[in-house]
Amino acid sequence: MALSGMRGLSVFISDVRNCQNKEQERVRVDKELANIRTRFKNQRGLTPYEKKKYVWKMLYIYMLGYDVDFGHMETVALISAPKYAEKQVGYIVTSCLLNENHDFLRLVINTVRNDIIGRNETFQCLALTMVGNVGGREFSESLAPDVQKLLVSNTCRPLVRKKAALCLLRLYRKNPDVVNVEGWSQQMVQLLDERDLGVLTAVMSLLVALVASNPDGYWSCLPKCVHILERLTRNQDILQEYTYYGIPSPWLQVKTMRVLQYFPVVEDPNVRRGLFDVLQRILVGTDVVKNVNKNNASHAVLFEAIALVMHLDADKEMMSQCVALLGKFVAVREPNIRYLGLENMTRMLLVADVNESIKKHQAHIISSLKDPDISIRRRSLDLLYGMCDISNAKDIVEELLQYLTTADFGIREELALKAAILAEKFAPNLAWYVEVILQLIEKAGDFVSDDIWYRVVQFVTNNDDLQAFAAAKARDYLDKPAVHETMVKVAGYLLGEYSHLLARRPGCSPKEVFHIIHDKFPTVTTPTKALLLSAYVKILMHSQPPDQELQAQVDEVFKRCESFIDAEVQQRAVEYIILSHKGPSMVDIMAEMPKFPERQSALIKRAEDAEGEPTEMSATKLRQRQNSMALVVADPGSANGGLPPPSEQLALPEPPPPAPEPAAPAAPAAPQSAYANGTNKAPAPASTNGDLLGDLLAPLALEAPPISTPSPLTQSADPGEPLALALYDQQNQIKPIGSIEDWFRALSLKDSGVLYEDPYIQIGIKSEWREAQAKMVLFLGNKHTVPLVNIRVLILPAPHLKMQFSRVPDTIPPRAQVQVPVEVTCLSASRETAVLDFSYTISTLPVNVKLRLPTLMNKIFQAAPVSASDFVAHWRAIAGPPTKLQEVVRGVRPMPVSDMGDLFNSLHIGVAPGLDPNVNNIVAATTFFSQAGATLCLVRVETDPSDRTQMRLTVASQDPNVTYEVKEFIKEQVIDIPFARTPAPTPSPAVMGLTGPAAVLAGLI
Amino acid sequence: IRFILLQNRQGKTRLAKYYIPLEDSEKHKLEFEVHRLVVNRDPKFTNFVEFRTHKVIYRRYAGLFFSLCVDITDNELVYLESIHLFVEILDHFFSNVCELDLVFNFQKVYLILDEFILAGELQETSKKAIIERMGELERQE
Repeated sequence: MALSGMRGLSVFISDVRNCQNKEQERVRVDKELANIRTRFKNQRGLTPYEKKKYVWKMLYIYMLGYDVDFGHMETVALISAPKYAEKQVGYIVTSCLLNENHDFLRLVINTVRNDIIGRNETFQCLALTMVGNVGGREFSESLAPDVQKLLVSNTCRPLVRKKAALCLLRLYRKNPDVVNVEGWSQQMVQLLDERDLGVLTAVMSLLVALVASNPDGYWSCLPKCVHILERLTRNQDILQEYTYYGIPSPWLQVKTMRVLQYFPVVEDPNVRRGLFDVLQRILVGTDVVKNVNKNNASHAVLFEAIALVMHLDADKEMMSQCVALLGKFVAVREPNIRYLGLENMTRMLLVADVNESIKKHQAHIISSLKDPDISIRRRSLDLLYGMCDISNAKDIVEELLQYLTTADFGIREELALKAAILAEKFAPNLAWYVEVILQLIEKAGDFVSDDIWYRVVQFVTNNDDLQAFAAAKARDYLDKPAVHETMVKVAGYLLGEYSHLLARRPGCSPKEVFHIIHDKFPTVTTPTKALLLSAYVKILMHSQPPDQELQAQVDEVFKRCESFIDAEVQQRAVEYIILSHKGPSMVDIMAEMPKFPERQSALIKRAEDAEGEPTEMSATKLRQRQNSMALVVADPGSANGGLPPPSEQLALPEPPPPAPEPAAPAAPAAPQSAYANGTNKAPAPASTNGDLLGDLLAPLALEAPPISTPSPLTQSADPGEPLALALYDQQNQIKPIGSIEDWFRALSLKDSGVLYEDPYIQIGIKSEWREAQAKMVLFLGNKHTVPLVNIRVLILPAPHLKMQFSRVPDTIPPRAQVQVPVEVTCLSASRETAVLDFSYTISTLPVNVKLRLPTLMNKIFQAAPVSASDFVAHWRAIAGPPTKLQEVVRGVRPMPVSDMGDLFNSLHIGVAPGLDPNVNNIVAATTFFSQAGATLCLVRVETDPSDRTQMRLTVASQDPNVTYEVKEFIKEQVIDIPFARTPAPTPSPAVMGLTGPAAVLAGLI
Repeated sequence: IRFILLQNRQGKTRLAKYYIPLEDSEKHKLEFEVHRLVVNRDPKFTNFVEFRTHKVIYRRYAGLFFSLCVDITDNELVYLESIHLFVEILDHFFSNVCELDLVFNFQKVYLILDEFILAGELQETSKKAIIERMGELERQE
């Protein structure tokens, strides 16, 4: 055993090793830390050797899992030491101890740069390694050109160049702007001629990242890559040291094939042919061998080849060759290969029409679902999920349900969710669906989220012929011993609504149903109790003829709950007791719930969201993503296997027509009286938005809680609501400290500031617009002393904006800040803004806010200085509607003309003073940028000095859309209360015509 | 590669290198979770485990677990063999490596790793090249 060469260090390590227990170890480590701390404090006495020793010790302690919160400065300082030995320690330990966000790193940027451009090769290597391993944005900005130079230098050894290649990769990932495509693609082509396979491997990794973000720019590298692949697979002049168990660098082969998967297509027929030859050889020529390393290496190449074949849209024959191979793999014993067989089959499903041939292997796949290894079970579950269509849904879902009884904890939730989604997507009929979900709740109630049973309620409510069936089923399930609370909820709801349909069946009299449900009452949680109370009153009101005995029993329950500790339960009990004594005239109020408007399944949405972002998303992956989106939007029948949709699909019937404005006292006589409870509200915009928590009843839940009033016609009392409230999680008790509107308004004129703040989190925003593009950064700062978890950032872009942002960690540590860069591109003119849907959880309390992002038109405007003659010429050239629009705007916020000019200037609409001889008029010009290019936009405002609340606004540009949007935008800015919309039942004119998420939100505010 | 971990059966970390910026607390949590994830797996199981939104490719040599965290879409087998190549290099360098070598010479292990992986990507796949390079570096000290 070789010792470290540093006695003190070795002694310390053995001391720690000799500690009998964790406590002793901690004592020893604390002693050492104290020692190091004092030594560092009186710096003068330290020899370079000692410094080195202590810094190594620090790393060792750090590695053991202890916090080392000092000595960073000393470590970083070693980087600047003149001698190799110290420098080396400094670089290595720095790159382990600090991350890119650490301030100390800034101190050494200069030293690092000097090492990189210096003559000492060893120092160059150290510096490149450190930057490659930790380098952040600042390194990226200041070092990239130097690193590029080293990579293409012909005086440096391969050793330096391969490090330079990977270092540049890191810098590029941090900041893609450091590489200029035009100049660099040619360099990359030349680098691919590299003979040293070490350098080539590194260069290939760099190329993956470059091509991934810009396949067009590196087009010319494609033939070279194919050539390299040919060379490798033929084993032509590959040095012995680069073969691994006889296989020419499997790593380089895999990387090269990875690069090829980022080019959308291979056009050149010769190159394509060459490539297919190679792939064919790999597909045919890979055999199973005894040596496990050799076997793994050759199969690594084989699986990559399969992935590439899938990407290239190869001909049918090659595809079926791949499916055959994968079919072989899913049946083998060797776990790794079987795992990969399942995984790749799942991927294949998404890119090619191979469903039918994969179905042949269904038996093997199902048997993997019972494998002891959870990794394999997961893959098998994924594959079954992917290959499910209408023809095999019944088999697969039933298989999943059966497995659910024995499945272990680690996979149950996913299993339950997937079974629920498949049941919903491919149900041969709705009764089967309801049946499956009830089974699911019975077997894995803990994992059946509210979304799932809300969905059942939606379907049952909207399908009359399902109601009696579902109620009967629910009743049967309540009879079983040990009923899960979710089952109590769904059964309670269904029986409350529909048990009167069963009244003639044995055991289903209102009294019996009430008793079955009420048996569960003592054991359920408070929200469920509230829901059950509503069910009782409904059962009571629906019993025909009225049942005095039942009335007495229910009354007793209500009476007991009148002093219940929870306010919601208490209120319901009090109200229901009064209501139920009002007699038959109240029956209408307790009528069945109206039908729900159609919504996208919250489940399917959630499944879409739950995917991690890889470093580089491959072209294949991107395509898969699009496909999987399509799956949801498209008819399930045609998306999977092209079967025609059967008559009884899960599509919900037409939503009920929005109820008329409720004011008329004659409402009960109107044809819609069946909807009297619940729909006599102005239709809330949220109903089309689909994802609100109480997917089921969100619009109702937005209203005030009911108060009991004698007349059902009084609008504020809507007794259909208590039920709604029961389902609606009382959430978002955390309130912003300040006005979201004010923050937004400030941001509409500024480029940085606060977007949102509550006691736990502050969201800041900074944006930098350059013509039609913006770099926006969201700063998510945890103000609190505990971590914020389940962070979710969704951006709902308006249709005219393209927005991209990177992955956001799901936890923000205490007092930490996370930055989320967002790239914005404006595609066309629109007044809409994107919306940030942000949620987090603070000690189990979920918070969700939807915030408009200041992606306003005025950010894209650039004031355009125009001379009088130019203005007039342009003005005349644009004749009239639709490119020149005029409107008299009323309700203008009264302000002097000069203030209005200032307002325009602050919106980047450049006022040209003196151009219009009339002092009551303003003319201004601005340039609007979008992906289509720049559009000059001219504005003229004529005000009336005697009535400042109105003005005549004329806008002209070459593009009718721009003209219209600019005119509307200016209107929004000058009329009274430009941002806060009054909650009038009819949306203000400015909101009408907008369809994006912001409009929905604006309607809500 | 997001990170590489070398842990013994008891969960003591023998080498940890992160190629993504993480806070210390997060690193410790991760090390704990990865250890728990791999330590109880049957040798007959796959060498791949899903870990959060990524995948851990691990391999056990005597009492030591070598774990690599990679993207879901990465080629699992090729990373599995990377682990083996790394072990071969260590074995060659320490001539018949054992856990104690790695404990007492952890600085050397970091050095070797830096020649093998950089910025989360493989830098050199030739054992010979790395061993020669280590010789060069030792002469410098």
